[in-house]
Amino acid sequence: MQPILQALNVRKAYAQHVALDGVSLDIPERSIFGLLGPNGAGKTSLIRIITQITAADEGEIRFRGERLKPAHIAEIGYLPEERGLYKKMKVGEQLLYLARLRGMSRADATERIKAWLTRFDIKPWAEKNVEDLSKGMQQKVQFIATVLHEPSLIILDEPFSGFDPINANLIKDEILDLRDRGATIIFSTHRMESVEEMCDSIALINRSRKVLDGPVSAIKDQFKTQTYEVEGKGRLMVMHPDFEVLEHKERENGHFYDRIRLHAGTTPNDLLRYLISNVEVHAFRELIPSINDIFIRRVRETMPESLVEPVSA
Amino acid sequence: MDKIWLIIQREYLTRVRKKSFLIMSLLAPLLLAGSLVGIAKFSGSSETQVVAVRDDSAQRMLQHLTATEEVRFVPASGTTLAGATEAFKKARPKQDALLYFPPSFTLDNSTGIQLLANGNVSLNRQSKIRKAVEKAVGELKLSRSGLTQTTIDNLKAKVELDAVDLTQQGGRKNNVGTTTAAAYFLSILVYMFIFIYGVQVMRGVGEEKSSRIMEVMISSVKPFQLMMGKILGIAAVVLTQFALWMVLSWGLTTLAAPLLMKSDVKSPPAAAVAGMQQATTYDKAPAATATASDDAAVAPTAATTSPWSFLSGLPVGTIIGGFLFFFLGGYLLYSALFASIGAAVDDQTDSQQFMFPITIPLILSYVVSINVIINGDPNGPLAFWLSMIPFTSPIAMVMRLPFGVPMWQLLLSGTLLVAGFVLTTWVAARIYRVGILMYGKKVTYAELSKWMFYKG
Repeated sequence: MQPILQALNVRKAYAQHVALDGVSLDIPERSIFGLLGPNGAGKTSLIRIITQITAADEGEIRFRGERLKPAHIAEIGYLPEERGLYKKMKVGEQLLYLARLRGMSRADATERIKAWLTRFDIKPWAEKNVEDLSKGMQQKVQFIATVLHEPSLIILDEPFSGFDPINANLIKDEILDLRDRGATIIFSTHRMESVEEMCDSIALINRSRKVLDGPVSAIKDQFKTQTYEVEGKGRLMVMHPDFEVLEHKERENGHFYDRIRLHAGTTPNDLLRYLISNVEVHAFRELIPSINDIFIRRVRETMPESLVEPVSA
Repeated sequence: MDKIWLIIQREYLTRVRKKSFLIMSLLAPLLLAGSLVGIAKFSGSSETQVVAVRDDSAQRMLQHLTATEEVRFVPASGTTLAGATEAFKKARPKQDALLYFPPSFTLDNSTGIQLLANGNVSLNRQSKIRKAVEKAVGELKLSRSGLTQTTIDNLKAKVELDAVDLTQQGGRKNNVGTTTAAAYFLSILVYMFIFIYGVQVMRGVGEEKSSRIMEVMISSVKPFQLMMGKILGIAAVVLTQFALWMVLSWGLTTLAAPLLMKSDVKSPPAAAVAGMQQATTYDKAPAATATASDDAAVAPTAATTSPWSFLSGLPVGTIIGGFLFFFLGGYLLYSALFASIGAAVDDQTDSQQFMFPITIPLILSYVVSINVIINGDPNGPLAFWLSMIPFTSPIAMVMRLPFGVPMWQLLLSGTLLVAGFVLTTWVAARIYRVGILMYGKKVTYAELSKWMFYKG
């Protein structure tokens, strides 16, 4: 299937620094895509190019195969990292205004605003000024403003920052629902663990370059370390030709915890068979690296040690 | 274009719905109508000052001093200067000053005259009294040289100057007072409106920036659309306000007109009484009585026609058209610059340093124009250049309008103004575009000039 959005060799430089350098991406339709990387990596610069706030110096962005043009604005919904609404404007009017700026008719917009406000339980607040709303309600309004015109591409910059846990869950559910109804969602965040479980594919950006991209499952397969966690009771032989015990912890009453890496050619079932015949197994689990771990590893591989930026968790 | 229209609507409606807009719209015409009524009431009867005269010389000056509308002379009581001073102090505030002629005073030695008063006597009043004394001394000298009073009266040439403006159809008479007043009024209106609403544009942009809605907006509309939408929306607010003021002022003054008439009807008897008092005291009085009753006869007719009758004799059509054009042009020119300041700074307090170079030409053009146009020559070379340069022309040209401006100058100045605001809008849009998404950076002029040449 044709990707909904393609970045081809995009470069953007500001007066003092290069924000994006030869970044190419394919964002598959009807998926949740994570644009991940530390602060200052270039994520927001890329998003601003996609939302046509700025233009790329080199390369191009294609939306459904077409070069990005102003008409595409109506198909994109954008929730910037810096949230903001007109404080002295009524909620209903504000949503109507923003929807109409994105090309909706008054009648359509009014109807959908009603539906969304009801859905988020803030209908009674439609006639209130934004400044009279609580933070949580303002966030809901902001989210509605982003998706009101039913964009096929929704870009959420740091989506969960500033949302309280209850609203964050509400928004998560809405995002999954929107995806199921056909929208494509781009998450941009430096808190990789916050979106890891939701993303279908990701791209990792560091220091204005893409370091890794692809479907999450493929990336995780690629970065699997054949390491397993074992908990049980009994005495485990520490030296074995087929595997290596990385960590061994003795606990009370003969219980133990081990981290074991398989040598090439050994399957998890081989290990399991060995374990069953020697000890009492309580838990057996593959250790899958987190995106954060993968990011750090990848950056270490591709760049000199000194250049690796600390990843804030 | 649709989007600009939406933005204009929002900017317009949010401002027009504000209570402050309503209050301003109602209050200003009330003040204007009030001041018109006030002017009409008090302008006719400018206060006559009463001067007590103590004459220790042999000239019997009191008899020769002529009363005018502004000054009246009465004899001071008391037998000495000290007595007269005491009497004057008691007579205050019915008497405004005490004029003293010393014994040494003769027609050839007219020194040593003193004017005693509590506090300072304004220069204007002093000069009126001085003129009256000069006139009296001059006439006495003439009569001493053998001329009879009739000859002297015949010798006096009374000239009235009717200034006729040839640029107006049928060579209408002009009235310098009204023209000057209109020039002041219109230019201060332009100055105030540009300033007040320019700052509103700036604050509007600053508000969008500080409330962080800018990025949402800019992902939907072009920065230029957002800026122009705001500027035009606020322009519509100004025009609405202006139209409301006009309609309400007209309505209020029309309502107030009957009141004006009544007050004027009362005045003739009062004037006549004043005239009779003068007649009993001074032989020159009949003339004064005549002028007073003439004035009284004229006043009610003027008031019955309309309180706006003072506008007759002015090229009203050109003034209104020109005022609207130059006001709008000036507003567009300056508000684009104000918008770029709002975009460039994070904090309203930082905007001061950038407002300075914008307000300077605005203030200067007002101050300089007053000196050059109203107090100088409204068609002189400096006035011409002030009304051509786009930064000063909105105020200078509007100030010149009531005096009559040749059509080619209006057209040239208008074209230059349009070119001027296209230029400032272009510059402002480039600064705006970069500035609105720039946070937490202290902006300098060098930085701003760099922004103008950023691409994309």
